[in-house]
Amino acid sequence: MRAEEISAWVNEAKEACASAKDLDSLKSVRTAHVGDKAPISLASRALGSMSAEDKVVFGKLIGEAKASISEFIMGATKKLEAQRDQKILLEEVVDVTLPLNRRHRGGLHPITIIKNEISDFFIEQGFAVEEGPELESGWLNFDALNIPADHPARTMQDTFFIEPVESGMVLRTHTSPVQVRTMLTQEPPIYVVCPGRTFRADELDATHSPVFHQVEGLVIDKGITMAHLKGVLDNFARHMFGPNVTTRLRPSFFPFTEPSAEVDVFFNNRWIEWGGCGMVNPKVLATCGINSEIYSGFAFGMGLERTLMVRHSITDMHDIVEGDIRFTRQFGVGL
Amino acid sequence: MRAPLSWIKEFVEIPAKVTPEEVSDALIRVGFEVEEIIKQGSDLTGPLKFAKVLSIEELTEHKKPIRYVGLDCGEGSDRYVICGATNFSVGDIVVAALPGAVLPGGFAISARETYGKTSNGMICSGRELGLSDDHAGILVFNQDQAPVGMDAVKGLEINDVIFDIAINPDRGYALSIRGISREVAASLNLPYKDPVDRLRELSFPETGKGVTAAIEDKSTSSVFYLRTLSNFDPTATTPLWMRRRIEKMGMRSISLVVDITNYVMLELGQPLHAFDKSKLKGGLTIKRAGKVSKFITLDGQERTLDPDDLMVCDEQQPLSIAGTMGGQYSEISASTTEIALEAAVFNQICIAKNSRRHKLSSEASRRLERGVDPFLPQFASARFVQLLTEHSSAVHVATNVAGQPTLPAKIEMNPEYVSKTLGFPVSSKEVSQQLRTVGCEIDEKSFSVQPPSWRLDLHTPADLTEEVARMIGYDKIPSILPPRPLHASLTPSQKRRKNISLFLANRGFAEVQTFPFTNQSTIDSMGFVGERASTYKLANPMSDELPLMRVHLVPGLIEVAARNISRGAKDFAIFEMGSIFRSSQVLKPAFSPEVGKRPSKDDIKKIFDSIPPQGLHVAGLLVGKTENEDWQGKPRSFNWQDAISYAQEILDLCNLEWTVERSDFAPWHPGRCAEILVDGKAVAHAGELHPRIIAAYGLPERSSAFAVALSALPQSQLVRPSTVGTMPAAVQDVALIVDEKVTAKEVEDALRKGAGPLLESITLFDRYDKIGDGKISLAFTLVFRDQNRTLTGDEVSAMRESATLTATKTCGAVARTA
Repeated sequence: MRAEEISAWVNEAKEACASAKDLDSLKSVRTAHVGDKAPISLASRALGSMSAEDKVVFGKLIGEAKASISEFIMGATKKLEAQRDQKILLEEVVDVTLPLNRRHRGGLHPITIIKNEISDFFIEQGFAVEEGPELESGWLNFDALNIPADHPARTMQDTFFIEPVESGMVLRTHTSPVQVRTMLTQEPPIYVVCPGRTFRADELDATHSPVFHQVEGLVIDKGITMAHLKGVLDNFARHMFGPNVTTRLRPSFFPFTEPSAEVDVFFNNRWIEWGGCGMVNPKVLATCGINSEIYSGFAFGMGLERTLMVRHSITDMHDIVEGDIRFTRQFGVGL
Repeated sequence: MRAPLSWIKEFVEIPAKVTPEEVSDALIRVGFEVEEIIKQGSDLTGPLKFAKVLSIEELTEHKKPIRYVGLDCGEGSDRYVICGATNFSVGDIVVAALPGAVLPGGFAISARETYGKTSNGMICSGRELGLSDDHAGILVFNQDQAPVGMDAVKGLEINDVIFDIAINPDRGYALSIRGISREVAASLNLPYKDPVDRLRELSFPETGKGVTAAIEDKSTSSVFYLRTLSNFDPTATTPLWMRRRIEKMGMRSISLVVDITNYVMLELGQPLHAFDKSKLKGGLTIKRAGKVSKFITLDGQERTLDPDDLMVCDEQQPLSIAGTMGGQYSEISASTTEIALEAAVFNQICIAKNSRRHKLSSEASRRLERGVDPFLPQFASARFVQLLTEHSSAVHVATNVAGQPTLPAKIEMNPEYVSKTLGFPVSSKEVSQQLRTVGCEIDEKSFSVQPPSWRLDLHTPADLTEEVARMIGYDKIPSILPPRPLHASLTPSQKRRKNISLFLANRGFAEVQTFPFTNQSTIDSMGFVGERASTYKLANPMSDELPLMRVHLVPGLIEVAARNISRGAKDFAIFEMGSIFRSSQVLKPAFSPEVGKRPSKDDIKKIFDSIPPQGLHVAGLLVGKTENEDWQGKPRSFNWQDAISYAQEILDLCNLEWTVERSDFAPWHPGRCAEILVDGKAVAHAGELHPRIIAAYGLPERSSAFAVALSALPQSQLVRPSTVGTMPAAVQDVALIVDEKVTAKEVEDALRKGAGPLLESITLFDRYDKIGDGKISLAFTLVFRDQNRTLTGDEVSAMRESATLTATKTCGAVARTA
């Protein structure tokens, strides 16, 4: 046994490792160079029959050679394993741009979205959200709101009546009966908004629907003025239409408010009629048992469909009422 | 209500520099919504001449009537034009557009060859000149009205601005040029000439006995003026200026007498009615019809009178439905020579009822039901006499009057009320000044306000405050936020509804909102019976197809689904949240306590109780596949499990404990419907729709639905969560064979009972029904856990044995040996 032989084995092993193409061929390299029949293994076994001196010298040489060879094999293994992994990952490449519209997309109806949005806005201002029935008594829908029978104001609102007509039951023509209910059941101060579905015997066309939604607001407190009404409406308009909108009040007529006004917003370069408002008529306060010497209040009301149509440039009411899922889905949940 | 600027200018001196837009803005500022500014003649240029028809040659060789017409346009020589209209004859005056003229729409007139002739101009219709939509024929005048050769642009006063104004129902006085002009003057701060002022001193000599006037019941009418005229030549024609003003107001010229009644109504706001005096027997009385009878109105319709109808009658019969529409019998005809003219102010409610009962909304009833100045009958009838005697041979015979006008009640007010209401300081001086602008008289010391005779809408300090605010300008009101209330939040039920909607939307449901109307055949086709089928009926439905209120949400969803399918949708889920209207209580006659004071506690309860409960539900419909089919392959179909599971998840979301039972309930499949109960009360149903309904509406097979009665759900209790154990769990599987009639729920309940308190969860992981012999196999995984220690194998086996034993005892389950 010569020292040169040992270092030759090491070199051979190194070369074999370097030229191994894959983990399989590296396996044969391992057998050939560190296996039982590998020269270095045979030499190792031959140590036993050597003199003590040689044993020391060759034992050291062989030990070092073995360590080197193992290191080569280990290095090669790491390298080849990395190559193998790389190849597999490459083979597993997919097209992540494939269309993935498999799951049904849901969405809230835009009227629900705008109703939630308005409720949230007013709750933040400390207003509660009040609701009431859609099939309502005529007394709450009309009489208590200073709209007596046979008053021309009743013809302003083409009412759906329920049989028998003597019952006076109607499909509410506005959400104002909710205001009356609130005033009859709560003590001032009252700060509420009343969103809900309302009915008028109109034909369904591009801008009207016999079934539609309103939101009304009512404030009853000490010292409430029309300036407060304007303040709330300005704030509300900015919330709904953006920080730059301006509002305009125009004198108008509603039996339940005096003074009364129409509120317009200047949006997309034109004045849009948005809703009606005014100071709660002292006659209405009296019917609800609120002392108008102490308390005053204002009320306002808007159509939700109209607000939605103006804000989102929707031109056909049919889209809002027909329930076509393609329309609704565009709104998501309004986030 | 229309108002031509030229007419307004008769009563308000509007400087020439003020544009129509500024006048419009002025009206809007004081509460008169200008819906349209019509600029008549702005797209028309002459020459336009009044021309006399000299000759008519009918060209008969064409498919339609064609005339070759010779005209005298006052040019010295005749002019020939082709005309397709036939409503004129030789001697008539027509309007000719001469070559060079441009008519509205950019229609240039030139001499041209047509129908084998040279047409040297065009004879015009009102529509071609942009004056009206009337295209019945060309405009025809007589020689008194329109001089030959006169410039017709001037003669017809074509160049004018017409405002179309929406009048609020409290402002009857503004349904007149008088009223509109007053508002324009006030808003622009210009002097105003009241057209009534020039009529105040007007009086007419009595030349005979006139028809007498009477009011039977003073509550029905305040004033009744009756002017009798005779010697009228019925061939008299309406002067062109008057005809044009009537046309600009959107009405048609009919005859001189009728035109003057309309003209005076438009000018002053007082409806007038002219009777043919020769048809009258004795004096006229305003009274109720008294009995049911037939009456033919001047539109030729036979109407059935209600005993309560207010009528104008002679000694024999009713002659007109007061303030609403005259009768055919006594109407002015082409042979009328004697006239009785009525100018009356009737009770507003009487007219409203007349108008509503007969579905007759006339120009007269519109004004009278909104309120007419009770001092007007005198002046308006005088104006009629003035105009008729001026433009015809008629002479005044006599004037008879019943009733007396009174001023509206005075209003006592504290001027500070105005500042307190508007939210900015308004001095008492300014309050009185602005109230005077609208015609009130004020006693400065007591601040007692006398509203003017035409303001029937002013009763309270609040009404006067609006007038002051209107005159100062609503734009002067500052914008101030009110004091902020402390706190508010959605109610638990509102929160619940919001979250359920969001949950469904996030699970792929599209929300829909349907009209809550239905019909009997839909109710029947769903299989609803008894209480679930009974509902309220609309007295005036939007269509006879939908006369009933809905009793369930699912039918609406089915209809929306069918609509979506017809538009190409295949697989989807939709939901609706809304009220249903089962007639759970019989409606009682209306209870209407007096207004103006708070009803008693009992009365308030009575009102609230009179309104039937209207259940709030949420329902969903699952159509087609659970997912959209695409390159990833075929998804499975929605099924009864999905529907039931959604209903259960909604209840889980509300933290409610529920149980489920099999049910046979419309509109579901009788074998595939679950009833879900909370506190023993059925609150939801879900499952596969009845195959009959699926077929009837063309839905995909196995379409499924759920409905949850949200208003029937109890409030959620505060959650008190159990501690989450961290010791190792012991998992045991149990396979049992039971009779197929035994439900999985029964077996599960038995296992749960037998397993004891350390059972953490139980899951049915396999159900096999192909064993035969009426048996099925159910396999459950039981998970046991103790909070404090690891369970031993023996303990776990014992609990498993106990569970199996209970299942054997209660359900006849036999442990399955592998």
